[in-house]
Amino acid sequence: MTTFTRKDLLGLEGMSAEEICLILDTAESFKEVSERPVKKVPALRGKTIANLFFEPSTRTRTSFELAEKRLSADSVSIAKATSAVVKGESLRDTAENLEAMKIDLIVMRHAAAGAPHFLARLLDAGVVNAGDGTHEHPTQGLLDIFTLRGRLGDLKGRRITIVGDIAHSRVARSNLHGLVTLGAEVTVCGPPTMIPPRIEDLGVRVESNLKKAVANADAVNVLRIQLERQKVSLFPSLQEYSEVYGVDGRALTWMKPECIIMHPGPMNRGVEISQDVADGERAVILEQVTNGVAVRMAVLYLICTSGDGEESLAEEPVKPDKEDVRVN
Amino acid sequence: MVFKRKATIMEADQILRAIKRIAHEIVERNAGVSDLIVVGIRRRGVFLAERIARDLEAIEGEPVPIGTLDITLYRDDFQEIKNWPRIGTTEIKEDITDKVIILVDDVLYTGRTIRAALDQLIDFGRPRMIQLAVLVDRGHRELPIKADYVGKNIPTRSDELVEVRLRELDDNDEVILGELEP
Repeated sequence: MTTFTRKDLLGLEGMSAEEICLILDTAESFKEVSERPVKKVPALRGKTIANLFFEPSTRTRTSFELAEKRLSADSVSIAKATSAVVKGESLRDTAENLEAMKIDLIVMRHAAAGAPHFLARLLDAGVVNAGDGTHEHPTQGLLDIFTLRGRLGDLKGRRITIVGDIAHSRVARSNLHGLVTLGAEVTVCGPPTMIPPRIEDLGVRVESNLKKAVANADAVNVLRIQLERQKVSLFPSLQEYSEVYGVDGRALTWMKPECIIMHPGPMNRGVEISQDVADGERAVILEQVTNGVAVRMAVLYLICTSGDGEESLAEEPVKPDKEDVRVN
Repeated sequence: MVFKRKATIMEADQILRAIKRIAHEIVERNAGVSDLIVVGIRRRGVFLAERIARDLEAIEGEPVPIGTLDITLYRDDFQEIKNWPRIGTTEIKEDITDKVIILVDDVLYTGRTIRAALDQLIDFGRPRMIQLAVLVDRGHRELPIKADYVGKNIPTRSDELVEVRLRELDDNDEVILGELEP
């Protein structure tokens, strides 16, 4: 049986399939907690978790805060704009000051890739990456994969297409690392100016024609187009992007009827995704958000209770249950 | 450390009869099975709960709902243990408020598992009553917890182990007394 031995969760690159499945299986058990009348379990009682968000966020930050509170942990959130960072305090000082207040875990979003890795090396406290620049957003990758697994079952051999600004997307990166590890066939699609060179080396297929990219896909994950990218001329206009790469009713006809549509949010309705696709039956966008809380509860729980891989002191030696056996 | 068997405490037919007797006691004490929900504690408590529910239905002719509880998240030793067991599913489909819960586990020992189960159940609602049924009571309680229905009482030493094996999970039904040997 795999046990979780990591102090931090920094990215899905390099995570084994067993570790990923352990997180997903654990998330399955946490889904039920959010459906009870009392949405709380005492598992992380007494643990203190700080959410350090240097970039704005609705979904991710709230999702983490709720996950922490539902696990009975004490949660504090620090947003850059209202913190001493505005007065010039360094990342290192911010983190060391928090650690001096005996914080057990830091959940961090930062504009610089590698910032969580820097803190993870520096601190005894664990660090969970909630998005570092354009590098990775592992909990989003995990919740996307969890949603896919819930809808499609075993992901080995499944075809997943990611559409959008791949080069600048930490969501795309985390997704593709996790999906490739689990044996899925990943296709990335977008304007050639937004596809990183040699991304095929990561085990994905590149297809810049949307119709070809989504034919035969089991799921299409639509990424947000960032309006700032337009200003540096990566594509001619939002309208043109939308016509060529927008996932709308016409694009749906190119897909298999059972293909599901995902989006990490926030959506630019009418740009990368049309209103009716976003609100249509094939979109599982809100399901992703619900799953996000369960997946983050699983991540926080596993990190806070992680051991060193030695013999468990729990009463009963754990063997896989016949009914608990999971494929993949 | 390896588990070494010292004695067989209950064989398959004794387990069968104990469960039947427990089912009859439940019916007697509660004057029937209305408002009962049988909730098993993962993992083996769940199979025992299923068997008890089947016997209750056979006696009274009414189906009795079942639930499953995984108490991992409610353990009181989370500071000490590392490498937590994998969490199983908890599923209680009915509203438990005003019902009589028959909580089922295989072995009653320190009582801490039952304490965790009680805390977890209360988060689901306010039952009218919670009664406890166990296959084996091996003594050594560390909390004031008592079983209402007991398959067999087995006095044990603290360095001994009591293992319940059930055919749903293991090779066959039996209750074994053993110890750990290096």
